[in-house]
Amino acid sequence: MTQKMKLTQLTEMLQELNIESLEGVTIEGDIELNITGGGGLNPALAYALGSEISQISLHMANIGRMLGFPAEQLFASAFGMNGIPGPQAPSLGTTSRMQELLTSKFEVAKMSNWNNPIQEVTLGATSADGGSRKSTVTIGGENALPYYFDAAMPHRNYVTMDVFDMPIGMAKAVKSNYDDVINDPAEWAKKVVRDFNADMVTIHLISTDPLIKDTSARDAAKVVEDVLQAVDVPIVIGGSGNPEKDPEVLEKAAEVAAGERVLLASASLNLDYERIARAAVEHGHVVLSWTQLEINAQKELNRKLMKQCKVPRDSIVMDPTTAALGYGLDYAYTNMERIRLAGLMGDDELTFPMSSGTTNAWGARESWMVASPLKQDSDWGPREYRGPIWEIVTGLALSLAGNDMFMMMHPTSVQVLKEITQTLYGSIEAEELDISNWIGAEV
Amino acid sequence: MKINSPLEAYKYLPGTNCAICGEQTCMAFASHLIDRSKKLSECTPMLEDKFRKKLDQLQGLLAPEIRQVEIGVGEKVVKIGGDDVLYRHKLTFFNQTALAYDVWDTMDEKDLVERVNKIQDFKKFYVGNFLTVDMVAVRSTSNDPKKFASAVKKVVETTDMPLVLCSFNPEVLKAGLEVAKDRNPLLYAANKDNWQQVAALALEYDVPVTLFAPNDLDLLKSLAKTFAEMGIEKLVLDPGTFPSGKQLKETFSNFIKIRRAGIDGDREIAYPLMAVPLTAWMVHDDPVSASYWETVVASVFTIKYGDIMILHSIEPYAMLPELHIRDTIYTDPRKPVTVDPGMYKIGSPTKDSPVFVTTNFALTYYTVESDISSNKIDCFLWAIDTDGIGVEAAVAGGQLTAAKIKKGIEDSGFNMKDDTSHNTIILPGLSARLQGDVEDETGSRVLIGPADSGRIPGWLEKNWPPKNK
Repeated sequence: MTQKMKLTQLTEMLQELNIESLEGVTIEGDIELNITGGGGLNPALAYALGSEISQISLHMANIGRMLGFPAEQLFASAFGMNGIPGPQAPSLGTTSRMQELLTSKFEVAKMSNWNNPIQEVTLGATSADGGSRKSTVTIGGENALPYYFDAAMPHRNYVTMDVFDMPIGMAKAVKSNYDDVINDPAEWAKKVVRDFNADMVTIHLISTDPLIKDTSARDAAKVVEDVLQAVDVPIVIGGSGNPEKDPEVLEKAAEVAAGERVLLASASLNLDYERIARAAVEHGHVVLSWTQLEINAQKELNRKLMKQCKVPRDSIVMDPTTAALGYGLDYAYTNMERIRLAGLMGDDELTFPMSSGTTNAWGARESWMVASPLKQDSDWGPREYRGPIWEIVTGLALSLAGNDMFMMMHPTSVQVLKEITQTLYGSIEAEELDISNWIGAEV
Repeated sequence: MKINSPLEAYKYLPGTNCAICGEQTCMAFASHLIDRSKKLSECTPMLEDKFRKKLDQLQGLLAPEIRQVEIGVGEKVVKIGGDDVLYRHKLTFFNQTALAYDVWDTMDEKDLVERVNKIQDFKKFYVGNFLTVDMVAVRSTSNDPKKFASAVKKVVETTDMPLVLCSFNPEVLKAGLEVAKDRNPLLYAANKDNWQQVAALALEYDVPVTLFAPNDLDLLKSLAKTFAEMGIEKLVLDPGTFPSGKQLKETFSNFIKIRRAGIDGDREIAYPLMAVPLTAWMVHDDPVSASYWETVVASVFTIKYGDIMILHSIEPYAMLPELHIRDTIYTDPRKPVTVDPGMYKIGSPTKDSPVFVTTNFALTYYTVESDISSNKIDCFLWAIDTDGIGVEAAVAGGQLTAAKIKKGIEDSGFNMKDDTSHNTIILPGLSARLQGDVEDETGSRVLIGPADSGRIPGWLEKNWPPKNK
């Protein structure tokens, strides 16, 4: 350090240190002292001079310390005191053995910029509202991130379980639960509600895809009617994903489900979303606004649905795309979190509840493959246990990002995901546990 | 970080645009300081004496809000904490959650060594690397200093992974420290009863220490303040992980509250957080249920601010999702994980070798590449530019089309007719619907490969070389 100091400053410092005079001492350049005495010192003078020098050096050491110079170490080495521990830093010396805990009160502010509630959307209609459902499901309404203490969450998460209108390829762990109903969508729908505690049912009309069976929209509508007959929970109607065929199929389905307030899945930018939106408005349904992991595309589609197609705000649910754990969930998670935060902070084009195609988790090889194809990998263990947890963790991550509704397949996954989301929501009672001595627990 | 614009950091830099740091201008360097892709120490002129003051000031301004704590020594040292934001899209989260799996001092010696080896050997290939776990937590279930010391000794002899030494008994902790003092272990834990003795140990051995105050944030903060006053700042905070019911909801709130306060600038509580999903085993008897719930709790606190956690199940069905959710949350969401589009030669392909198509999403690419190369298959592999989107989604979203495939192959200067003897392209199973289009577009024969590249070897046995029609 070569900080320059003026002589006047040094003089002031010396005054503070009670040095009255520096006789016979000149100060040159940096910190360098020249003591000029007469030649041929007599012993008395030498003693006096030595005494003065040692005093000066002490004062200089003080100055040095004030400037951050480790004077103690220098003295220690000068007097051969190396190895002897120096005095501890002041804070340690005085406080290393505290008698009492310092008291401190924990405080944290609530978020001040979450001012815009998420839109509430109700799915299903009871007889009072012109439908035939026994119960309805309401999602949205949040004023904070999910389960946060900032504001109570008005509605819990809901699970709608997948039913297909024809047998499809499924992971073995999933398929084994549906072997008995795989050719009968109505029975399949009954089973997921009765046995697996599904809040809703999604009927996927995949046989309508021209590349699969090219079933007619009329035949598909018949399946929708069957499912509506078979269960009394709200339903979601999914197309095959074929952008040419879906508008026609969903239009017809919307017509036969008139009054039931189903969720039409989906309107997207790569198909004639206007037709689907019109069918929803006409027959009193809700539109699933589906985009692919892109916040601006989501805004664009929502805007078009609202402005161009006149879909009411309480009839839009977003699906910003679910990628499986290990297969792009990092984007899916953040995309959803950003959408929810933007909505809470006032972006009117993003204040809609969200749905996730959590079943996509079964596309990850970790969820269904018997063993790792890579010899270097550790053993992956039994896939019957691996698969469900893949779906659970995928859904759980998105629930924390703001997802309201889950489309799922495996009964165990549904059960565990419901348990954790409802625990965080605050509606699961459990015996209180004392964890104060968890280290010694016999586990 | 107290500042968030490059301009604010720029003020402290030399401003000479000397380019020693590798950037053209000091302003560019400043923006990398803000996004933490460069370190201040890379600006060597700042190390000169005349910049000392500015260096110190800037270092203070750039220091993360949540302190960073190091555990262990050498190559396997684990760093935790160091975060600046509550939402990962704002900056990314740094220092991924450290996963510690437990052993206990009443274990049979042989079982203990076997378990430690399982923990340290566990690995899974992912995006060009192996995912692994980080640490071993040694629990004293005996409460006997001698037993604990001998268990710690066995662990130290078996692995160089960092350690957490767990006991509420200072005598037991001291015995463990004597054995492991050169390894900079994390002490667990100081609580309201033992804090004076544990603080003395942390000072004496100069090791990081965990403060444990189950569901009592005032106490937790008091402990942190007291330890800091004593000169102990290598702290980890454990507000207690309650594994079920309303208590778990409260734990969730506690994690969010502490992290929010820390990021908002409350230095007294701005330390890394520990979760203990192992407590799930205190409420579930059945090992599968316990493992599941432990994984679920671990996932919640990997996402919401746990910096280190202690776990029990070493079943792969629990460890795999734990590793993956951690990777998910700690991947930088600002950068798509992609590989350069183009042709990759796997092994030594000849004119007779198969031609595979995949996407430039890094996960897809590395998965396919490793499946092929580990089976010693010589071939050509095209990473088609899909903006970093995987096969299935890219087909649905129009990022993977026949035209893109044609362009991808041609742009690399490859000619299907001249450079192969078979003029055949193999598409991923998940893009089967492109078959006709690709045939029309490229004039090549198109085969549909398996839906998962793990099945390529078996598929090739049946389908390669292609039979002439």
